[in-house]
Amino acid sequence: MLSRENLVNLVLAATLLAVPLAANALGQPFYVTLATRIAILALAATGLNLALGLGGLVSFGHAAFFGIGGYAAGILATHGFSGDPLIFGLPGTNQMWVIWIVAVVVAGLVGLAIGAISLRTSGVYFIMITLAFAQMVYYFAVSWPAYGGEDGLSILVRNQFPGVMTMRPLSFFLICYVILLIGIGLFALIRASRFGSALQAARQNEVRVATVGIEPYRIRLTGFVISAMMTGLAGALFADLNRFVSPSMLSWHMSGELIVLIILGGTGRLFGPLAGAALYVAFEYALGGLTERWQFFLGLILLVVVLFARGGLLGLLAGKARHG
Amino acid sequence: MTVALALEQLLNGLQLGVMLFLMAAGLTLIFGVMGLINLAHGSLYMVGAFACAATAAWTGSFWIGLVASLIAAAAAGAIVELVVIRRLYDRDHLDQVLATFALILMFSEGMRWLFGSFPLYLDIPPLLQGAVPLPGGTEYPVYRLAIIAAGALVAFGLYLLISGTRLGMRIRAGESDREMIGALGVDIRTLYTVVFALGAALAGFAGAMVGAIQSVQVGMGEPVLILAFVVIVIGGIGSIKGALLGALLVGVTDTMGRFLLPKLMALFVPPAQAGMIGGAAASMLIYIVMAVILAVKPRGLFPAAHA
Amino acid sequence: MKKMLAAATLALSMSTSGLAFAEPLKIGMITTLSGGGAGLGIDTRDGFMLAIKNSGNKDITVVTEDDAQKPELAVQIADKMIQSDQVDILTGIVWSNLLMAVAPSAVAQGKFYVSTNAAPAALAGANCNKLYFNAAYQNDNLHEAMGEYANRAYKKMFILAPNYPAGKDSLTGFKRYYKGELAAEVYTQVGQTDYAAEIAQMRASGADGIFVFLPGGMGIAFMKQFAQSGVNIPVMGPGFSFSQDVLPAIGDAALGAKASGQWAPDFDNEASKKFLADFQKEYNRLPSIYAVQAYDAAQLILSAAAKASVKDADAFGAELKKADIQSPRGNFKFNINQHPIQDIYLTEVIKKDGVLTNKTVEKIFTDHGDAYAKDCKI
Repeated sequence: MLSRENLVNLVLAATLLAVPLAANALGQPFYVTLATRIAILALAATGLNLALGLGGLVSFGHAAFFGIGGYAAGILATHGFSGDPLIFGLPGTNQMWVIWIVAVVVAGLVGLAIGAISLRTSGVYFIMITLAFAQMVYYFAVSWPAYGGEDGLSILVRNQFPGVMTMRPLSFFLICYVILLIGIGLFALIRASRFGSALQAARQNEVRVATVGIEPYRIRLTGFVISAMMTGLAGALFADLNRFVSPSMLSWHMSGELIVLIILGGTGRLFGPLAGAALYVAFEYALGGLTERWQFFLGLILLVVVLFARGGLLGLLAGKARHG
Repeated sequence: MTVALALEQLLNGLQLGVMLFLMAAGLTLIFGVMGLINLAHGSLYMVGAFACAATAAWTGSFWIGLVASLIAAAAAGAIVELVVIRRLYDRDHLDQVLATFALILMFSEGMRWLFGSFPLYLDIPPLLQGAVPLPGGTEYPVYRLAIIAAGALVAFGLYLLISGTRLGMRIRAGESDREMIGALGVDIRTLYTVVFALGAALAGFAGAMVGAIQSVQVGMGEPVLILAFVVIVIGGIGSIKGALLGALLVGVTDTMGRFLLPKLMALFVPPAQAGMIGGAAASMLIYIVMAVILAVKPRGLFPAAHA
Repeated sequence: MKKMLAAATLALSMSTSGLAFAEPLKIGMITTLSGGGAGLGIDTRDGFMLAIKNSGNKDITVVTEDDAQKPELAVQIADKMIQSDQVDILTGIVWSNLLMAVAPSAVAQGKFYVSTNAAPAALAGANCNKLYFNAAYQNDNLHEAMGEYANRAYKKMFILAPNYPAGKDSLTGFKRYYKGELAAEVYTQVGQTDYAAEIAQMRASGADGIFVFLPGGMGIAFMKQFAQSGVNIPVMGPGFSFSQDVLPAIGDAALGAKASGQWAPDFDNEASKKFLADFQKEYNRLPSIYAVQAYDAAQLILSAAAKASVKDADAFGAELKKADIQSPRGNFKFNINQHPIQDIYLTEVIKKDGVLTNKTVEKIFTDHGDAYAKDCKI
């Protein structure tokens, strides 16, 4: 017997698949691109949701991981294209799965470094320090000349995946869609696991967790690193979607947008990020078509959601969350 | 490198620090009293600069513009507090971040709606034009000295306000125990509005002062906002003293880094590359300093009573 | 977008006469209409639409969208314009980083891109493309001109630019022609608003001239602070540092500043006078260089569309390359890499009837191309 939330989730997942299939059949490939964007942003936000929704760690610097994933894709592809070795004589590549692994590992390592320092703090300090670390990475990317700096880095041909024509919008969408489902599945597994329980318990009552012999710092650090990895993977996909990566992927507006996606959908919810991403991209697209002042109205809508529609879209559709 | 140049750079660092203090003081005050994190503080800075530029263009006087900037920023702050912010005090930081992020979007686009897309003109008043000689044979702009003086006055004024007035007593009470102060019969809602408007006025004042030597344009508050965050995190959130010291530390570190790091790099690599690499390193320097401080003291240099 | 489309159609239907094209033409304009850089995008759009309106042609539609100066958004809009709106030509991007995100993949999909401003070196040399045209300049040009000018009057220059690719191109371009001594070469942070530390170095450097490339708000801040510093060294820069979009905000601090440009409002040719009069009549302000460049981009597209179908890329490209237009800039033709060959002038900021503007002083380069064209194999 499906719960109401699971029913809503199922409808969301099915819609995200059905719309691009229909758009492709009707010869409207742009809507496939839009759906791909939704899937990737949802994956990035699902990553953040691990830290933010489960662990209560309000990271205002996840754009750093998103951008690092993007740069992993861009830099590997550039070296793969030119044939120049990357480091230690290792070549670049245009194989997506290699890029994904590199993106996940690098984002995880940077997440470990940032998390190790940031998690010594909490509350507002944590928000600020993650923001500041992301700014540091941002300024580094802007001023480091080797990979385009502020101008960013173009990927001339989308990277390859065995047996798939990645340049076709629908094929690339399907890759992203499958990865999103895997990401959401992973989130569900973690949430139900002992580790996930400990992470959530550390959010709710740090002292109690410590007294039963779990060290909240290590639990949180692990959660933060996994979260960074998933967001990094989304960044690699995003770079391939745009065939371009630039420091704006690392900007603090991007960090803000990722948080916005989660809140719009419903904090800590399994499908919250997907609902939020779909809503956000739809707003951006529809408002952008209506008025030059769309950012004003976007702000207004966000404000109304935060003030009056707590629980986000899923809160409205599926009722209150099961867990606090 | 001469002593005169080093002295001039030190003054520059001091001036940047003072300006950051004006921003950081409001942020940290609002956090200390209400426990609220306000991303839209940079928007109030922008409101102050625009109000000053528009009024100065209309009346021909920078000074009237400066008064207008205080009024406009305080009014904008009070309105925002009444309509939005007071619904956020009992929410978690996440909701506060998001709501004030939304406010930034609205403020930026709203200002563009009102004033158009091109930067506004705002000049230094005739009284403060030009430069004065410094010991060592160099010169320094009068206006920058005036900013340092204004910042010092504001810091002193805040000290008097908080340590010697009824309002200050309530602010201190609010910082140490939020429930208690309500029980004492203080009208806490009015107090919060006043504190928020005060913080906003400080930001607006900073915006107007700085607007005269920078570009008055949409989005001008965001880089300053992030620096101000670094300042209060280093200083200890909620502590005015911490904000002052943090601001001076960040101002001097940033200025000296931009000045010295390229020279340091030039010892190892050709000048053009030294400029680029040194510049890149300088732009990250204050964040590195912040990370080091927080690694040693996770609650900043001067932790407030709670937070 | 719908509103803008309607406005464009309205503007076209008001005009009475018009040439028919071989085929209807759809142009996608992506430019910055919101946020801090919106001023440049608005001038781009207005200059472009002025030429379209003047042509009175009914077979042309322009779809305009705001990129908010975000590369990702620009890419998304480009995808939509190509896949959904099925435009033939893209244009309008102001910033090099956004152009690098859009143009290579647009031409890879067989669409023309006519740049109204951004001209990174990366697209001018070995990676030039026969579908990519630049109606403005090559990024280095105006800096090269200032380097050449500095040779004539200065012996020790202090040069400064933001630490990003266009900034590096700027100083590289300057040094390509400047043969004197360098007092210092300084890179500042992108978006930096306080230049006290750099001005102090200028004072101490013993330079006899200062070259700065600081576009937009950065330049406004620098000039205002420099004027207060008591440093008496002449400041010069490329045209955009003292263009009409920033001059009012800098104020009198800009007076006397020397710059390089391919156009100034006092140009004494028929096309320039007509453009200036039309622009002021239509929008009630002085046009900036961005408006001129966009105006010429539209003129180029119109000139080619009158003779060839855009569906025939080779023929249309060949017509574009002829550059059969009356540019307000005077001489204008395309180099082999489809970037302009044009004259570049020295200008000086003056006050005329209470309004700050640029006055032409002398010609620096005649028929100037760029350094990358030799690597282009089209």
